Order: sequence, then C-alpha cells, then structure tokens
Amino acid sequence: MADKKPVLEVRNLSVALPKGADRAHAVEKVSFTVNPGEIVCLVGESGSGKSVIAFTVMGLLAKALKPVSGEILLEGENVLAADETRLRELRCTRMSMIFQEPMTALNPVMTCGEQIDEVLRTHTQLDGGARRAKILGILTRVKLPEPERIYASYPHQLSGGQRQRIMIAMALVLDPVLLIADEPTTALDVTTQAEILKLIAELQETEGTGVLFITHDFGVVAEIAHRVAVLRWGELAEMGPTEQILSRPTHSYTKMLISSVPSIRPVHRGVRLAADTVLRTEKLGKTYSAKSFFQKSRVVKAAVDVDLDIRKGETLGIVGESGSGKSTVARCIARLIDPSEGKVFLGDTEIATMSAGKLRPHRRRVQIVFQDPYRSMNPRITIGESIIEGPMNFGLKRDEALARAKKLMETVRLDPNSLDRYPHQFSGGQRQRICIARALAMEPELLIADEAVSALDVSVQKQVLELLDEIRQRLNLAVLFITHDLRVAAQICDYVAVMSKGRVVEYGSAEQVFGSPRDDYTKALFAAAPGRNWEFGKFATA
Amino acid sequence: MSAVTPEDVVDSASIAAASTKRKSLWLLALRNPSVIVGGTILLIMLAIAILAPYLGTVSPTRIDPAARNKKPDTEITFRLDDGTTAKRVAIFGTDSLGRDVYSRVIYGTRVSLAVGIAVSLIAVAIGTMIGLISGYIRWLDGIIMRFMDGLMAIPGILLAIALVSIWRAGLITVIFAIVVPDVPRVVRLVRSIVLTVREEPYVEGAVSVGTPTWVLMIRHILPNTIAPLIVQGTFIAAAAILTEAALSFLGIGIPPEIPSWGNIMAEGRTLFRVFPHNIFYPGIFLAFTVLAINIMGDGLRDTLDPKMSKKV
Repeated sequence: MADKKPVLEVRNLSVALPKGADRAHAVEKVSFTVNPGEIVCLVGESGSGKSVIAFTVMGLLAKALKPVSGEILLEGENVLAADETRLRELRCTRMSMIFQEPMTALNPVMTCGEQIDEVLRTHTQLDGGARRAKILGILTRVKLPEPERIYASYPHQLSGGQRQRIMIAMALVLDPVLLIADEPTTALDVTTQAEILKLIAELQETEGTGVLFITHDFGVVAEIAHRVAVLRWGELAEMGPTEQILSRPTHSYTKMLISSVPSIRPVHRGVRLAADTVLRTEKLGKTYSAKSFFQKSRVVKAAVDVDLDIRKGETLGIVGESGSGKSTVARCIARLIDPSEGKVFLGDTEIATMSAGKLRPHRRRVQIVFQDPYRSMNPRITIGESIIEGPMNFGLKRDEALARAKKLMETVRLDPNSLDRYPHQFSGGQRQRICIARALAMEPELLIADEAVSALDVSVQKQVLELLDEIRQRLNLAVLFITHDLRVAAQICDYVAVMSKGRVVEYGSAEQVFGSPRDDYTKALFAAAPGRNWEFGKFATA
Repeated sequence: MSAVTPEDVVDSASIAAASTKRKSLWLLALRNPSVIVGGTILLIMLAIAILAPYLGTVSPTRIDPAARNKKPDTEITFRLDDGTTAKRVAIFGTDSLGRDVYSRVIYGTRVSLAVGIAVSLIAVAIGTMIGLISGYIRWLDGIIMRFMDGLMAIPGILLAIALVSIWRAGLITVIFAIVVPDVPRVVRLVRSIVLTVREEPYVEGAVSVGTPTWVLMIRHILPNTIAPLIVQGTFIAAAAILTEAALSFLGIGIPPEIPSWGNIMAEGRTLFRVFPHNIFYPGIFLAFTVLAINIMGDGLRDTLDPKMSKKV
C-alpha cells in the first residue's frame, strides 16, 4: 500500500429501487474506499445490496435501478458520469469483474483462449502472436496446468475451479487497477474455493490490484479480507479492518451476524444412546447407466457400499463435496429413487427392493426436507393444504389433519392462523419451517434434511438449525442431515459420515471425525474450510 | 431462541403486496394491448357469428338466377316467397349463382369460429391427457412419443385430406381431421413441462407423503401446464381456421351447401379476374380473424410465460 490514493472511492451512493419494491433504495448513502493492493470485503445477507454496488461500479446496473445520488470515483474519474463508450473502455482495462457462476459467465461455443483473445482484440493493438503470448502468460499466472491445452479447450472440458481461473485470467489480462469479485467461490467446492481464494490473494499482492470482494461467508472474510464493510438493507452498518470487525464489532447487526456463524468445533453431545436403530443401510449402492440405442452405455456409480445406521434421537450427518453421492444416498433411503444394490432397513422392514404398492404404507416413516425453500412447496396451493396432504393420504379426516397442522405450526414457531396463505407470502426461512412442519405431520421415525439450511442466510440458518435440534430432542427423532457445510455439521451432528466419490471414507462420532480425522480426504476437507482458525462470535469485551 | 424473532413476523403489508402480485398475472394479461386488440376483434367476430340472422342478411344459400355476378353495392330486386318483390343493396355483391356474398361471409364466420374453437379445445384436451401420461409414466413414454413422431412426420393438411376422404365430408370430419395432426404438438409441450415439473422438490415431497399418482398429476403437475396451453391453444385455433379454409377451398372440407370462407373463395376462384369481390371479402374476414387470434396469443405469451415477463 505504497500509493495511498484509493483506486475506488464510493461516495454517498444511493440507488433507487423501482416503485412497489419492499424499500425505496437498494443502496442508501454508502461510502467506502478500496486502496491499491487491498482486499475489501462487502458482507451482507441476501438483499443487502452488495451486488447492486458491484454492478453500479461496473456500469452494468439493470435499467430499472437508478443511481440517484453520490459518485463513484475510479482513480479519480466519476464512473456514474461516464458515457457508454467510456465505460466500455474502462471495463477490463481499469476495472474487471468475476462472477459467481463460471459456467454461465463463459461462452460455451468458444474456446477459453479465444474468449480471452477477444478482450485483447477489443482493447489493444497487439498482433496475433503477441496476444497469444500474453494469453499463455496470464494462463500460467493463474496457475492453470498446460496453458496450450487450456487455450484450445472449451469451457465444458474444464472443472469449475479451472473455469473460475479462466475468468480471473480474463479479468486480469489487461492489468486493471480494480478487480470486483461477486461471490466468486460460492458455487465451488470447499477445496477448490480455498485454492481460488489463495490465487486471488497472491495475484493482488504481486500486481497491487485493489479487490472489492463480495461474499456472504464470514469464513471467506476471515481468510482473505484486509478490510470489511457490513451491509444491511442497503445501508453500511459498519466498516473497519477485518480483525476489528470480527473480534470487536460495534454494530449490533454485525454482532448478531457474526455470532450466527456456526463454530467448526463440534459440540460435545454425550455418549451413544442405547436406543432402537431406526435406519440401517447395508452395502447401499446406486448406479446410473445412460442407456443409449446407438452408443455404448455409460455407467456412473453415484453411491457404492454405503453402510450407515441411525438410532432414535440421534443425528447422523453426511458431509461431502458436490458429486460425492450424499444426496443420492438420502434419496435412496427415502425411496425417491430406487437403489441399485444393497439393503435399507427401516426398523426391521427392508424397503430397498419393495414394490411401489407395498412401499406406500412405509412412506410415512421417512420424511425429507429439501434444500430450496422456494421450490419445495406447490406454489398454487395453500401451506395448510400442503401440510395436511400427507396425513389425509393416510386416512386422517380433514378437520383432524387441520388441527394437527395448527399444532405443528406452533411447533415450528409460525402463526397457526396463517395456514390459508400461499408459500410466496413467506420468507425463505419461514418456508423451510413449513416444510419441516409438513414432514412432521406424517409423524415420521426418520427425518432427512437434504442441505435444508444451505440456501438460507446465516442468521436464519441458525434459527432453523436450533429448531431442528429442538424437535429432534422433543420427539426423539432420528435425523439424517446432509450438508456440504462443515460448520453446520459440527453443530448439529452426533455422528458424521464423510463421503467422497460415492464412498464413505470416514465414519465416526462428530468429535472424533472433527477432532482427529484419519482419512486424507477428510483432512484436506477440513484444511480447506475457510476461516477455520477463527472462533466466530467470541467477541473481545471492549 | 427468543419467542418471536423478526423472521417470524409475517406483516400484513407484505402479504397483501404478495397476494396481489399473484393474482395480477391474469389481470396483467387483460391489460396487455395485444390481448385487448386481438380479444376485441375476436369478440366482434363471435358476436357476428351468433347474431348472423339479425345483421341484415338473407338466406346464404338462396339462389337467385336473375342477380348473378353482381358487383358490390348493386341494387337487386328479388322475389319473395309470397310473390311480392323487394329491393336490397348487395353490399358485397353476389356470386355466380346469385347468392348474396355478404350473407354468406357473415354466416361463414360461424363455421370458422366453430372449427377454431372446437379444434383447439379437443386437441388440447386429448394432448394434455396423453402428454401427462407420457411424461409421468416413463415406460409408456417411448411408445407414445414414437407414435406421435410418426403422426408429426405426415404433413397436417395431407393427413386431413386422407381422413376426409375416408369419411364423408362434414363439419365433424373436418374438425377431427384437423385435431389429429395438432395433438402431437400439444403432447410434446405438456410432456416437456411434466418432465421438468416432476423433478421439482414439491412433487418429490408429495411422493414422499404417499400421494397417489393420479392425485399427484392433477393437483401438482397439471396446473403448471395451463398457462402455456392457453397460449398454444390460441395458435392452434388460428391454424385450424386456416386449415379449414384451405380444405374447403380444395373442395374436401365443409360441403358446398354450408357457407364457409374457404367455400366462398373456392367458388369465386374461376371468375376471380372479373369479380374479385367473391374472394376479397371472405379473404379479409379470414385474415382479420387469424391475425386477431395470433396477436392475442402473442400478448398472452408475453404475460403468461415467465421467461418473457422477466424483462424489468
């Protein structure tokens, strides 16, 4: 930070929302600076306006949103006053942006090399050979193996992490002074995320680029940020150096947010109870084969030899990265898909090979809560109808079912009189509670939560986790908790199974798995967890 | 956890806002200029069809050898059944048998609209049923869809000609002949929606609470198909009206004693150079009706299709 003149200065920025929105401004009177060689994190929950700020800086704001006051100075030049031609010159040369989803941000019908080349052709006068040399150079700098091969590859031939590296290469090829990263690692697995974070930190250090990093994840903040700006409902709640914000926040919202981040250290949950086994799987496996008339069939083993057991009142977590087969196992157990081999015992009943007709009475015993609260309920019927559908399928009378639904709404801490409302009238966290109520209405023995809190903001996530745990205790329920988030698993699980490539690589009590992991993959997974050295929510008493 | 957190409070204002948002989709469709223009023209056409006898028409099949091939706005004298004579102005002229073209065109509206509406309703009903089955019952899918592919491989009008030549020409036959080639299009649409919706967590949720398959289809899957089907239905209606006109023009559709726009044009074809009014007036009506339906369909698609309405 030799040059103290900031590369980006946002002064008093307000962006108006169209009429009829839930508030007047998406962003209101926000001011902050980004210095050269500095990473500033914009943190906030969904709807806090963090992406709006990024898009305003880039001049990519949707037409319905209008900056109404303030200025954005990029090296002293007001971006808000610049016309479209000037903005186009500034993008890529002075400021660049990388996005959350590297697959959709790249053109699928152009090779990665050509896409970077396009940037150079638009903004420089270099000839073909010089451009190619420059591209191979930047590909090496973002640590992609075999730059020549990557140059000629199409996006679908690369992994998610590699695609994000291509995006970074494209953003940095013209040495911009400002890099805006909009949740660049949210769609990536935790091990890939760690690599990308490391890369961004290294690059900005060597190049002296100022980075505006947008994230909702305090783990990432702890890992990468120099300074942090906390946003709430479009207003800047608090800003300061990372260490200060994380350990001595002054704003109550920041405090609430940080203390909602689950700790990665597992809570002591006592010894194994001598209770009945609710679920046991034996060598459970699922093989997908894409049968084709003209080609040889492709075989994918989504789950292999999975042995699990859960007793009453116990929570078993399945942890793993995307594609590890954890959801496949859950769906096999709920018989939403048919397992290809192995056995699933529900109590003493084997359900893996049961016919659909025979299975129906047993469906009640396993219930599942899905990840996406916006798609887990039929938008066209009231939540009351959704909740009573199951019990009525099993012969309960309508008024009895409704009475049960009312009680359950109280259990999940929602107003029992709101049963006649539609799902869209509830927030994400509320919908997830309704989904839990719907599952509980069946009086199941086993509740499967398939990434049930992953789509929720951290403060809401905390509430739903607490609710789940409370219900487990009260009803002595067995819970199968699927998650990619180690922090969440540490807080809620008694036992943890770590899955990788369809197999369970480590299985044991949460304390043992988190405390002294034995498998190499588990160790790598824990080492990659962002902010693992930081104990969130333990504030210094100031 | 405290008893009530901000998350738990459902404030009435946001509920009111949210519920208006849902209902307004249909209201929005009714406010779309394309829907208004197209719908108005269609309503007028519908009124014409229903009120045909009261719009100053004479019997559309009444032959008057004395008043053959009169140009529009000619005053003709004709003899009534009781022996007296009356004068009236044939505003659209008369055809080569002395029939009043105005009356024929007005009555022809009935046939065209009946065919359009009937074909779209029947095709959508049959197609939806087959599409639901094909999309949800996987082992039937291959069989049904290959059959549908086969139907689609035959040009619609050719298939209609073949079907009409098997049975006697008539309104029912024409409707049936047009419905058959349209069904596969509806089946494909419904099947594609079913295939996406069946993967939705709420459908899986319903499966896991033991909902029987047929309830699942009607309650959770079918409602998703309604909006696209309304759009598809309007386009089917427009195409059906055109096909009926084409079949009648070719002389294999509606029998000549029933006036339809295609019939009138077919009969006027030979003397088109000298008396263009025989083709011009039914042509105008046909063009306007089809245009109106298409405009309305476009407007409906713009408002009902979530992909189109995302524009901020």
